[in-house]
Amino acid sequence: MSLRDNPLGELRVPLTWTAGVIFIVVLIASVAILLSHRREAFDTDAYGHSRTLSDRVMAPVGDVLSTPGRLTGEGVDGVRGYFFAVSENRRLKAELKNMRQWRDVAIALKDTNQRYQSLLGLKTDPPIAMASARIVSDSRGPFANSRLANAGSEAGIKPGNPVMSENGLVGRVVGVTDGVSRVLLLTDVASRTPVMIDRTNARAILTGDGGPNPKLEYLRGLDPVKSGDRVLTSGDGGVFPRGLPVGVAVKGLDGRWRVVLASDRAAVDYVRVLLFQDFTQVARRAGLDKIEVPPPTPGASTLPPPEPVPATATAAAPAVPVAKAVAPLAKPAPKPPAKAGAAP
Amino acid sequence: MNRAGAQPMTPWRWLGVPMLLVIAATLVFALPLRFFGYGLPEPVFAMPAVFAWAVIRPSMLAPLAVMILGVFLDFLWNSPTAFWAVCLLLPYGVVLAGRAMLAGQSQVMMWAWYAGSTALALGAGYLFTMLDAQNAPDPISVGFQFLATIVLYPFADRLIDRFEDADVRFR
Repeated sequence: MSLRDNPLGELRVPLTWTAGVIFIVVLIASVAILLSHRREAFDTDAYGHSRTLSDRVMAPVGDVLSTPGRLTGEGVDGVRGYFFAVSENRRLKAELKNMRQWRDVAIALKDTNQRYQSLLGLKTDPPIAMASARIVSDSRGPFANSRLANAGSEAGIKPGNPVMSENGLVGRVVGVTDGVSRVLLLTDVASRTPVMIDRTNARAILTGDGGPNPKLEYLRGLDPVKSGDRVLTSGDGGVFPRGLPVGVAVKGLDGRWRVVLASDRAAVDYVRVLLFQDFTQVARRAGLDKIEVPPPTPGASTLPPPEPVPATATAAAPAVPVAKAVAPLAKPAPKPPAKAGAAP
Repeated sequence: MNRAGAQPMTPWRWLGVPMLLVIAATLVFALPLRFFGYGLPEPVFAMPAVFAWAVIRPSMLAPLAVMILGVFLDFLWNSPTAFWAVCLLLPYGVVLAGRAMLAGQSQVMMWAWYAGSTALALGAGYLFTMLDAQNAPDPISVGFQFLATIVLYPFADRLIDRFEDADVRFR
């Protein structure tokens, strides 16, 4: 049957209307996908396997594309270092002289600190292992701020790990796969970081808003912060270890306290991922598991060992009154010793 | 001489090639490079293509192409899935609906329309982000992205100029 003979052959669907219908269908599908999206939690399933797959594809592409820029930058640095070697040498000597004084102070303080720790029997956090990575992709728009780093699960990186540059905290890992990690920056609108003001020990939540300087929210107390105060991670909540440098507090144009990030001092090209998960790694789980149950105190009432009950009997047995069940344990409470001078 | 009219207007030429160019430009601008201490701006390179596709002609493939570009941006920039798809589809739909009104307008007026559609996309993004993250994005950063995007109008103009008259049914 030819097309002309086909009863549907003369049917013409207006393209404009069809395009409109397709547009509406695509829009509805997109809105449905958007509404079903979940923000990242600390597990790969929540981050999404499609995202881990796309990260795995985009990281090598970013790596290749950024290579010319990186090599050019290293070349420019080399040439600059050659031509400015004398002034750089002078500056470094002055810095070294200053640092030697600080080293002496640090040694004295370390000694004092160790004495205090031994006197108080203070348990300090164990050293944290790190993994190095290079940033290969960077998104810095107002709605999302994240970076791709070229080290992933093979380096022991897990979602939630803090990420630092040589100057300060950058963010935390929200997605990881083999060879790639997605780092959520402190400036992202979804980022919330518990911090403290170094001078006053006041706590706050560092809230990103897509701008370069995240806000300090939930500040409490009288004058908890002033311009120039150092801001550190507080360690509250256990996601970040305590004391990581975050930045310096400044008063924003909108009158809110904000933080100039320490990591913004230089380009964030290489980062260290702290393999810190939460407080559970501070406790030695193996040691806790080995703790034996202490023997019962002589003369003290203890729970009788459970008697094995046949399954059929359990199913058929009537409910035992609670008072009867606890009767063997019920003993008159010991009377407190009579106090001297108390009325008889 | 513009040879576009002499060649058949295949989807690959007016949808596929611009899409690949948008993806390439977005990837390049996502590199962690700094010049004189400042990072690269982050314009929405998809916006000129989306605007031009709506002006050139109604199409069944164009909304799908817009959605694919949006999902690509979501995966690259780590925004919620389909966030940019919705943000780009909204101005696409508005421009498509007002296509007859846009025909024959001067270049300045078209630029103003393009700026309006960009404002719509970023405004939708602002609203969605506020609802999703329970936190308002920084308006100054949104403003910078808006400025960085509207200066890309010449690319949209080039695309429109090349393909607007290619299909005689939609003149």
